[in-house]
Amino acid sequence: MKKTITLANGNGGKENNELIEKIFYKYFQNDILSRSEDAAILTTPKKLALTTDSFTVSPLFFPGGDIGKLSICGTCNDLAMMGAKPTYLTCSFIIEEGLEVRVLEKVVRSMQKELEKNSAIIVSGDTKVVPKGSVDKIFINTTGIGEVLKEGISSHNLKEGMGIVVSQDIGRHGAAIFAAREGISLDSDIQSDCDSLFVYIKALIDANIDIVAIRDATRGGIAAVLNEWAKASGVCIEIQEDSVPVSMEVRGICELLGFEALSLANEGTFVVALKEKDINKALEILKQFNKNASIIGKVTNQHKSKVILNSSWGTKRFLDMPTGELLPRIC
Amino acid sequence: MKLELKNLYDDFRDGKTLKAYAKIIEEDAKKLNRTINIMEVCGGHTHSIMKYGIPQLLPKNINFIHGPGCPVCIMPKERIDHAYILALLDDVILVTLGDMIKVPGSNGSLQDARAKGADVRFVYSPIECIKIAKENKDKKIIFFAIGFETTTPMTAVLIEQTIKQNIPNIFFHINHVTVPEVMCELIDSRDEHIDSYNNQIDAFLGPSHVSVIAGSKIYDIFPKKYHRPVVVSGFEPVDIMESISMIIKQFIQNRCEVEIQYKRVVDYDGNKKAQELIDRYFDKVSLFRWRGLGNIPKSGLKLKDKYAKYDAEVIYKDILPISEIEDHKLCICGDILRGMAKPPECTIFGTACTPTNPVGSCMVSSEGACAAYYKYGNLL
Repeated sequence: MKKTITLANGNGGKENNELIEKIFYKYFQNDILSRSEDAAILTTPKKLALTTDSFTVSPLFFPGGDIGKLSICGTCNDLAMMGAKPTYLTCSFIIEEGLEVRVLEKVVRSMQKELEKNSAIIVSGDTKVVPKGSVDKIFINTTGIGEVLKEGISSHNLKEGMGIVVSQDIGRHGAAIFAAREGISLDSDIQSDCDSLFVYIKALIDANIDIVAIRDATRGGIAAVLNEWAKASGVCIEIQEDSVPVSMEVRGICELLGFEALSLANEGTFVVALKEKDINKALEILKQFNKNASIIGKVTNQHKSKVILNSSWGTKRFLDMPTGELLPRIC
Repeated sequence: MKLELKNLYDDFRDGKTLKAYAKIIEEDAKKLNRTINIMEVCGGHTHSIMKYGIPQLLPKNINFIHGPGCPVCIMPKERIDHAYILALLDDVILVTLGDMIKVPGSNGSLQDARAKGADVRFVYSPIECIKIAKENKDKKIIFFAIGFETTTPMTAVLIEQTIKQNIPNIFFHINHVTVPEVMCELIDSRDEHIDSYNNQIDAFLGPSHVSVIAGSKIYDIFPKKYHRPVVVSGFEPVDIMESISMIIKQFIQNRCEVEIQYKRVVDYDGNKKAQELIDRYFDKVSLFRWRGLGNIPKSGLKLKDKYAKYDAEVIYKDILPISEIEDHKLCICGDILRGMAKPPECTIFGTACTPTNPVGSCMVSSEGACAAYYKYGNLL
């Protein structure tokens, strides 16, 4: 096999098969996939959750993860956030001609590693190679099916008196990607929080915690999730600013570039809304995974459909939905 | 002790200290028998004031007027059009600082130009232009320079290095502006609507970073000629509260002077080396047009004539339009900048004019008054 991907690798013929055999089958090996049929036939007795997501991150490799890990975490986490156990995934690659095979293999290897963590398998896939400049190196789409373990989780169910808990310190993915981008060249130790979350959810479900709403705070960060919940449930969410965990490194990048940690993306951090009786027990469980898990606020009726940030000196402000492209401030 | 970034701000956001200042200010404000309107000149201050909810800590007779100190907001549309036109030239890479990319001109923003295929880049430090120039020898790198006294020295260093290293493909479009001139204009100018000079400004909060470069001396004229006190203030909430307290004490004690709150860096003379560098490469322009405020004498900078071969405005003068482009008639940014109105009083605030679709200058950058009101709301 050649060292770089060429248009021939997407031709549906010999070179295409070679790529599939030597890279994809090598890592994704399982009985359903290796049948090489037009579609995977699945049997499952349970209620199912279905989701899809595309991944275009730049750079492909960043501290704490890469596009492959992200493509599995992202889709599996979306399933987990609906109380479902990730089971079967499909993946579709759009590759820019000229990508090194070594790079592709590295991406596929880290996809497999993450699949194992979730005990999920790839049952169907597709590869397209496009001329140089048509995509940026590699884009991946994954679609996942999960068996629903806990029903009734919804962003519409928040009520006054409920508590809001975050699973760990926030904003690491957004900060890591930004620091790694060309043109910014910041030296920093920040690692992305990119991680599979099903284990956390399973621990909560196993402990009989009645999860009201739960969501991984990806693009738009905690601010986006809380605003979506406040609107969907027609309630006010009040956050105590000083109880939101933010690492010194992320705080530093925010100070330097004028970002708000609450609006930075995460890829392995979630917020959960809980009834009062469950709050402390859930916190105890989450703290076993990460000591930075914290209660950050509560649901009230102050300003319906709004998120309010309370400072430690008694002032309040709205925490709005983040908008626009992330840009550093200039002065 | 190892100095960490948090040491630079932690104590300056301390809840107890802020509450203590709120108490002092409340007591002192009772001794005033009037309302004091303080203009924070700088958009960075406006942003801090709204973000940290400072007005909620102040008594009713202490009021903020949000000033014009946001370099992105005050850029008139015709100059944004310059950037847009230059960016779309095939052999040009247009480089600028962050927020500038979002500001709409009459044809669109630099973001829109980028979507059309233009090579537009933002940098954190202008000196990165040198790397871009060396990597793209067949392209012309045009640095679209913006900002007040704070960012001007960085542009001057880039010019110095471009000349010293003999780099043939870096050019400059200069849009640097200066703070004291616009402050004078705000006091001196006649309001066309009501045909009067009655601006509401009683005192100024001066931005610390401007004085790090230019010193506090640039404000001497305000107590002397205009009888307005100035306190040079840092940007953290404790800095701002202390500065407000200092202003109020001046009124109570019948003093009117320039004081420095941000003593940890600012002094009277400022950074002389930076000032020399600015003087070496720049001249004052006779008039600079500010979006929302109009032409203000000597409020902007341009490259000295002997450096004209680096000046994109000179090189491309045949394709750069010069006619002035006005803002929408319903926009009241001019009044807001003069302290005659607050953002929510504008009929298009939050409706036709939003941060994603700004009509007027104050909504353009996150440091504009309207954008700060829109983002953080006003819970009082």
